[in-house]
Amino acid sequence: MGDTQRPAKKAAKSRPKPASTNEPQFVQLLSPEGGRVKHPDYDIDLTDEEYRGLYRDLVITRELDAQGTALQRQGQLGLWPSLLGQEAAQIGSGRALKPQDTVFPAYRELGVQWCRGIDLISAFALFRGTDLGGRDTVADRFNMYAIVIASQTLHAAGYAMGVAMDGAVGTEDGEAVIVYHGDGATSEGDFNEALVWAGVFNSPLVFFCQNNQYAISETNARQFRLPPYRRAEGFGVPGIFVDGNDVLATYAVTRDALDRARRGEGPSLIEAYTYRMQPHTTSDDATRYRDEAELDFWRAKDPIVRYRKWLAAEGLADEAYFAEIDTEAGEQVRALRARVMALTDPEVTEMFDNVYAEMPAGIAAQRAEAVELQASLEDGSDPR
Amino acid sequence: MTTMSMIKGLNEGLRRVLEDQPKSLVMGEDVGRLGGVFRVTDGLQKDFGADRIIDTPLAESGIIGTAIGLAMRGYRPICEIQFDGFVYPAFDQLVSQLAKIPNRSGGRVRLPVVVRIPYGGGIGAIEHHSESPEAYFAHTAGLKVVTCSNPADAYWMIQQAAAGDDPVVFFEPKRRYHAKGEVDTENPGLGLYRARTLREGRTATLIAYGPTVDVAENAAKAAAEEGLDLEVVDLRSLSPIDWEPLFASVRKTGRAVVVHEAPGNVGIGAEVAARLTEECFYSLEAPVLRVTGYDVPYPASRLEDDYLPNLDRVLDAVDRSLEH
Repeated sequence: MGDTQRPAKKAAKSRPKPASTNEPQFVQLLSPEGGRVKHPDYDIDLTDEEYRGLYRDLVITRELDAQGTALQRQGQLGLWPSLLGQEAAQIGSGRALKPQDTVFPAYRELGVQWCRGIDLISAFALFRGTDLGGRDTVADRFNMYAIVIASQTLHAAGYAMGVAMDGAVGTEDGEAVIVYHGDGATSEGDFNEALVWAGVFNSPLVFFCQNNQYAISETNARQFRLPPYRRAEGFGVPGIFVDGNDVLATYAVTRDALDRARRGEGPSLIEAYTYRMQPHTTSDDATRYRDEAELDFWRAKDPIVRYRKWLAAEGLADEAYFAEIDTEAGEQVRALRARVMALTDPEVTEMFDNVYAEMPAGIAAQRAEAVELQASLEDGSDPR
Repeated sequence: MTTMSMIKGLNEGLRRVLEDQPKSLVMGEDVGRLGGVFRVTDGLQKDFGADRIIDTPLAESGIIGTAIGLAMRGYRPICEIQFDGFVYPAFDQLVSQLAKIPNRSGGRVRLPVVVRIPYGGGIGAIEHHSESPEAYFAHTAGLKVVTCSNPADAYWMIQQAAAGDDPVVFFEPKRRYHAKGEVDTENPGLGLYRARTLREGRTATLIAYGPTVDVAENAAKAAAEEGLDLEVVDLRSLSPIDWEPLFASVRKTGRAVVVHEAPGNVGIGAEVAARLTEECFYSLEAPVLRVTGYDVPYPASRLEDDYLPNLDRVLDAVDRSLEH
């Protein structure tokens, strides 16, 4: 998979072989050992506070996510899709966003949601089944989780067209749109159509592919012969390959891609090479398709361990700070857990009320019937 | 009153939407420079610009999916799917996205998207250009499904569909595209989701929509010569169905025949028959009958006259009803 004929671009020079035990070459600013790596095209210059903030985000996100798994095991959630291992991809890209930017997530983007300051309870309500994850997504600039793989890429492409039509691009303060998807999504037609759209309309859209190596049980080898960041070039969209377990690198490349989008320079695709440490969801059994050696390989590349080492070595944070964050994470977890447990079942009317802006008479009649039936069951009378 | 074709009615209706609604857009394959393969959008790009009359890439899922995103951004897209048989690549975006996102959002996000689809047979077209897929969409909560049968309805219904905040799948009977009719451009008359009784009668009720309205009316005229007094109702809206005029009609006539081009199996006619049976059981003198396309793929065009409900099949059904 030599890449020697590609013009010099802000992208990696080669590609790992499908087996995850090969060392991929990608944009990396922080090695797995916690050493700072120089890159010819990308750099990062945050304040000490911001560097510490990324650590806080990484740790709290990991702990809240672990609580999702725990709540599912305790029967409090129907399902939980863990992001364990993908924290750096989500926090780096999420923190690169500006307030005016809009996010189209898939369904594992708890970390991005955290970065956007949006109440995480919506994700837990969705997986508890107390609602469908509804929020005012327009005001939040963070859309609902998309369960149908790649469906959201087209919504993002359309929204980004609208941003450009509104004249909201072309300056350093322009708006950009980012859509999150996985490696499996790249096989879907919608993903490829979205790239066509973003390309031909030169939309301010960043595709952020978290290549976590697995679409449930299927590896990259069953999804593509040419990796997504290289396929993007075929759509006339720059592709960037980044170490998805390096929070500094994901921040740097996403900031750059978003800035190009907001300036009116069009779409990009970032492939963040990372790893899904947990099964696909709590319903999956990953031992059927991968082994402990592979997990060990990726444990050695843990995004938080390396970042913590670097912060300590640079003198940006000390043990006291790390302990403080652990304490805060514990508090966040307890608070969230209490709120999740307090989520009550919705009223029966909930399923009828929001289907249409203008409710048809037939649904109104069915709503009345359901209410009457429920009331009769509660008071023991027969509705007839 | 002005006389115009259905194509002109749609074109003029769209023109009014674009004038009245600055956020409205027309998007689809060939809708801009060409004016659409049926010329429904003829001249619109010249008058409203390429940013509002958008020639899209050739990808139906992309058309609906990006329309959803545009609607999230505050736009009001009116999409064209070039032919009925080409809508299926967009099925997920229509059924799982457009229909469900407003509900998933708890009513906080509305998607005012209209999806125009020329449908039905009778024009001698090749495969995939003559289908009647309306039942798929009428079956999906979150979508509204309507169909016009004449130029006046075309003119007003497209405007009414574009004015609401719910997604509407708008079926246009392509074999009626060139038929002319009177259009009152001042008075909208009936609401979008209302059925219309086109002809009063006491013998039996013919229930039709879109391209078969004309078939039913001709059947009623022919029957009149034989002394049969048929009522004709144009459903206009397939989801929701405006039931009261149907119930009132069947309570009067005691007999009903539903006519549509789509296959009968699990079609609109089955729903109409079931509801009429539930609501008008003691008024019915005969089972509700259906005259529909056969339960086979749309045939090669040289056979379409045998496939499509026609005057003879409708009158046969009326006779069978009267035999009870």
